[in-house]
Amino acid sequence: MTQAEIKLCSLLLQEHFGEIVEKIGVHLIRTGCQPLRVIAHDTETSLDQVKKALCVLIQHNLVIYQVHKRGVVEYEAQCSRMLRMLRYPRYIYTAKTLYNDTGELIVEELLLNGKMTMSAVVKKVADRLTETMEDGKTMDYTEVSNTFVRLADTHFVQRCPIVSATETAEPTPPPPAPTLVINEKDMYLVPKLSLIGKGKRRRSSDEDAAGEPKAKRAKHIESKEPIPDDGIYWQANLDRFHQHFRDQAIVSAVANRMDQTSSEIVRTMLRMSEITTPSCAPFTHPLSSNEIFRSLPVGYNVSKQVLDQYLTLLADDPLEFVGKSGDSGGGMYVINLHKALASLATATLESVVQERFGSRCARIFRLVLQKKHLEQKQVEDFAMIPAKEAKDMLYKMLSENFISLQEIPKTPDHAPSRTFYLYTVTVLSAARMLLHRCYKASSR
Amino acid sequence: MAGNRGRGRAAYTFNIEAVGFSRGDKLPDVVLKPPPLFPDTDYKPVPLKTGESEEYILALKQELRETVKRMPYFMETPEEKQDIERYSKRYMKVYKEEWIPDWRRLPREMMPRKKCKKGSKPTKMKDTDKGTSLTNTADVLKKIEELEKKGDGEKSDEENEETEGSKEKNKEDEDDEDDAAEQEEYDEEEQEEENDYINSYFDNGDDFGVDSDDNMDEATY
Repeated sequence: MTQAEIKLCSLLLQEHFGEIVEKIGVHLIRTGCQPLRVIAHDTETSLDQVKKALCVLIQHNLVIYQVHKRGVVEYEAQCSRMLRMLRYPRYIYTAKTLYNDTGELIVEELLLNGKMTMSAVVKKVADRLTETMEDGKTMDYTEVSNTFVRLADTHFVQRCPIVSATETAEPTPPPPAPTLVINEKDMYLVPKLSLIGKGKRRRSSDEDAAGEPKAKRAKHIESKEPIPDDGIYWQANLDRFHQHFRDQAIVSAVANRMDQTSSEIVRTMLRMSEITTPSCAPFTHPLSSNEIFRSLPVGYNVSKQVLDQYLTLLADDPLEFVGKSGDSGGGMYVINLHKALASLATATLESVVQERFGSRCARIFRLVLQKKHLEQKQVEDFAMIPAKEAKDMLYKMLSENFISLQEIPKTPDHAPSRTFYLYTVTVLSAARMLLHRCYKASSR
Repeated sequence: MAGNRGRGRAAYTFNIEAVGFSRGDKLPDVVLKPPPLFPDTDYKPVPLKTGESEEYILALKQELRETVKRMPYFMETPEEKQDIERYSKRYMKVYKEEWIPDWRRLPREMMPRKKCKKGSKPTKMKDTDKGTSLTNTADVLKKIEELEKKGDGEKSDEENEETEGSKEKNKEDEDDEDDAAEQEEYDEEEQEEENDYINSYFDNGDDFGVDSDDNMDEATY
């Protein structure tokens, strides 16, 4: 974890959970796996506070624990997960666009609380919606549950691993920490609950004084009922949201490059392979042209031939977003996810260079990208830019690490006068460097 | 290395033309101070994207920042105790929900150990009893014992009250409730065993916390 990332994590933790949790969290990021007592000793906080802070962090999936030999439980921080906290508003907004206010509130509750049972979520969301509705109207639990089920079906929320039910063998003492397991199939299985009820409005303020002790006692009695889905916790599935963002980016890229119809086709293809394709696959499941035709949105009156033409056009495009993998079923097409993302990253790099250094620099940058390795003289020739300016720009970009130098010695002693120096762009490292800069900027 | 090893002679070890200066050109001035902190750039940054969705997301972010401070997960740093307890502080306490985690999902060492503390208190008393009786100063020791028992009675009564209060505030039902109930019963039993006094001597009830500011009443008339 880079320094900038650690600093950003510490700011995020401080904003969301306070200073104590921040201290413990940053310590764990810096030092890796640690048992409880060592954490307390190194951070010089009381054991009680360390325990509370760890409980909060585990609840929000920011820290995981593992049982090591000799029964020692070690805690490890998940730095990348902490950085995702930056994106919470974007996740909530996405849920709003897909599932309206109900979905938005469900995702918001899940993100704010880490993990929750379905009944608790439904209840809270119904209460919140009821408050915003007009007087006299209340939100039914069934509507909220339906939205929850839809979110689970499209994998936006998933079940947390459950405590493995090992038989309690009497002679052996219970393990120091429960092992959490989750079956792939069960991850999106919604328990059969019959949640009947309506959202409750909070009492108006003048009744508060008398209402509070009564309300407290009422809740106390209510909570005695056993919850039907006790132990089944749900969390927001961030990977699925990322997949959605990726799909959106690809679709808008296609729309910019070609036209609206082709972007709709690509969007349909992506939607069909949402659930069947794992999130880090290089390309989607092959889809036949007939299937695509059937799944196109109703409003589009695109005939089969036109669709085929579009698909051929997309497959022949030099950007290679869509590839043809076979001819059965009218032509099998796949979307090259990795290639698409790589070209999107490159395009971002290019635009950054253009904005930072000017369009001539951008020309040089694109040139080096295309030709992979170039000597200084070749750069001047190909870009048709006078030598002095070209040198100046190259060195500027070199100093900012967008371009790197590759030495190829002619002689074994690497004498500078007799080696080639080639300029090249390593997309991966340049992209990582940009990301690092973004992290730095957001921590300020 | 091999080549020009002229000591003191200004000779470059690499081909100067490759860098961009031909022989005899004036080298750029030597810079003696650090570069400016915010240098002027020729190209100004592109303006931020604004639009309906971006504004909504921004509004969400502001709301989120406010909301997280009120959540039970936000642990406030305990303030230092002030010399004089301010009157207004008591009435400005923000009502915050208690959050009890699901202990079944956490390692066992996470649970706050209340039982041990309560268990050790009466045993400590027993030890001091034994210890003091050995030294053979009966009257003084009896007074100390009585004061200790009184002190213990007050403290454990207070803790009792707090656990009851937190139980009521508990909105989500978790397994901890059973534990709390168990501990409470345990305390009461201990109380009855150790104290010679009747429990109702200290009629604490709901007024106990409120009256803590007043001088400790030696006796209620």
